[in-house]
Amino acid sequence: MATMSKGRIGEFMARQGILVAFVLFIIGFTLANQRFVDPDNILGVIRSSAILGVMALGVTFVVISGNLDLSVGSMMSFSTIVVLDLHDTLGPLLAIVAMFALTLCLGAIIGFLVGYLKLNSLIVTLGMLSAIHGLTLTWSGGQNMDIADKEGTWFSVFGQGSALGIPVPILLFLGLAALLGIVLAKTPFGRKVYAVGGNGTAATFSGIHRARVVFLCYLMSSFCVATAGLIQASRSLGSQNTVGQGLELEVLAAIILGGASLLGGSGTIFKTVIGVLILGFIQNGLLLVGLQFYVQYVVTWVIIILAVWLDIAAKRGKLWSPIA
Amino acid sequence: MKPGTLSTFLKRGAIWGFIVLELIFFSVAGEFLSLSEKAFMDVDNMLLLFKQSAPIGIIAMGMTIVMINGNIDLSVGATYALCAVVLLDSMTWPIFAGLGDMVIPVSWVLALAVGTALGALNGLIVWKTGVDAFIVTLGAMLGYRGLVFMYNGEQPTSHLNWTLVDFAEAQFLGVHTATWFLLIVTAAIWFLMNKTVHGRNAYAIGDNREAAVNAGIRVGPHMMINFMIIGFLAALSAVVFYSESGSVNPNDGALYELWVITAVVLGGTKLTGGAGSILSTFGGVIAIQLLRKGLSHIGADTETVNLVIGLILIAVLFLDRQLNLKGKEELKL
Repeated sequence: MATMSKGRIGEFMARQGILVAFVLFIIGFTLANQRFVDPDNILGVIRSSAILGVMALGVTFVVISGNLDLSVGSMMSFSTIVVLDLHDTLGPLLAIVAMFALTLCLGAIIGFLVGYLKLNSLIVTLGMLSAIHGLTLTWSGGQNMDIADKEGTWFSVFGQGSALGIPVPILLFLGLAALLGIVLAKTPFGRKVYAVGGNGTAATFSGIHRARVVFLCYLMSSFCVATAGLIQASRSLGSQNTVGQGLELEVLAAIILGGASLLGGSGTIFKTVIGVLILGFIQNGLLLVGLQFYVQYVVTWVIIILAVWLDIAAKRGKLWSPIA
Repeated sequence: MKPGTLSTFLKRGAIWGFIVLELIFFSVAGEFLSLSEKAFMDVDNMLLLFKQSAPIGIIAMGMTIVMINGNIDLSVGATYALCAVVLLDSMTWPIFAGLGDMVIPVSWVLALAVGTALGALNGLIVWKTGVDAFIVTLGAMLGYRGLVFMYNGEQPTSHLNWTLVDFAEAQFLGVHTATWFLLIVTAAIWFLMNKTVHGRNAYAIGDNREAAVNAGIRVGPHMMINFMIIGFLAALSAVVFYSESGSVNPNDGALYELWVITAVVLGGTKLTGGAGSILSTFGGVIAIQLLRKGLSHIGADTETVNLVIGLILIAVLFLDRQLNLKGKEELKL
């Protein structure tokens, strides 16, 4: 009996461990500072996590299909710069349409290279990280980009507006999460994504068009990046060329924290949202107890490794790896 | 000709062919486009090129062996910054005040020890927990960067020691100090990977871990040693660079991991492990620096460098795949 209940606890921790840790964190931070659970603070945290969160939603598809996307940070800088630049010449609406079209083109290129040409996604997206960064710098001439008339544009609604008392970035983040969550969990396409990531060969033999599924995953990822760029541009109405730099790795960190395997075939949109919120609340909690922003890096490091370690330890039934 | 010889030759020699092409292109294009009087292949220019490739090049040697071993290290940029901070800060510590210039070797040893320890920590976690190296070092990239910030806040750490600057700027036999370090590291790592048991085992583990375990190779210690080497080399790279510059910002070395991996992959090392060559990595490092210098020589914006390198990386991956397919077809005949 004792071993059985121990096994059950292990299994429960493996499945919901990250959720348990999340709850413990919230209790701990709340005891340290009452303001942590203030509704305004909670809304603030979700709002500031929205950009990272929107990007993570798209990358979740890519990761479940068994690939990586390191280009999302640099692509987000691109869409931010492009939409800000076109805003003054084309007007807000056309600028947004053009920005989405261009960003989707980049996603389509990556999807073609990884899906149809079957090139290694890590290196393709590493190359695209560098190439898109060059593209952004060429577009802007290395200058910061600003909207001329910051007061008289409705463009700021995506980053600064709110509806029914909830900030628009949160609505975009949670709305997109709900939509993509349904696509991933309830549609044939979603099941194909899991199949391709779980066992690509088996998926091909059962008649799934692997290349098309991977292509669509990258297209979806670039759509999310464009949305994130829109929020970022609209929030600040001006930007540097490197605004998204390094976000690709934070996105991966959030997805890993949520419990997806980088080998593909596992993960959900819900888990990714939890991963994003954990990162956001840790950052916020540490600031509230009076620590500097960079302490979160060290805490994130420890949490990522502990989370993944406990996850695989529970699966193999042993704490330490069997590697000699 | 034996089957596959041509494609093997093409693969091995590709990076050097690419370098020759770059040299020819930039020399010819430079005649028409460059505003400078000097030829591109000027001796001073080439010597400077080697010196400038040293920081990335030294780390790339470590990355090659880690990747041959079937792992990856994303934390090298942060390790580099942390070791630079230790190097410059330790020279001002009161306990070393009485040492005079003897503080230099002490600080060097301290910085190198910190780098090796950080690498060992990564290696130990990969070994003992069985978590994938990509995840472990992704976490460490954040964690070590956090340590850099915690050390000195958001302020730059600066200390100039003129003896050290003179040493770093010296040219022995016409070659800069940094270049000597790059050459020595390349030779040492080449020897390690080609002439020692550790090197052969590292290839074997990367190629087929299961088979290596069955052959009685202890996988864990080899992986850990390789992580210690790359940590040591990231520290050495910082030591070489910051001896001359004397000031480090907490964000220095960000994206170094990506540049280093780009150089290593250009040199033909496989991400899946088991294959790769130290000399080709050296070629990859030179090729990237040549591209940077060449583009600025013909008056292209520095911005285009990123674009070109990204496209070349993808093209190399594509060509490599095609050559590999071709190799297999030749074997069938």
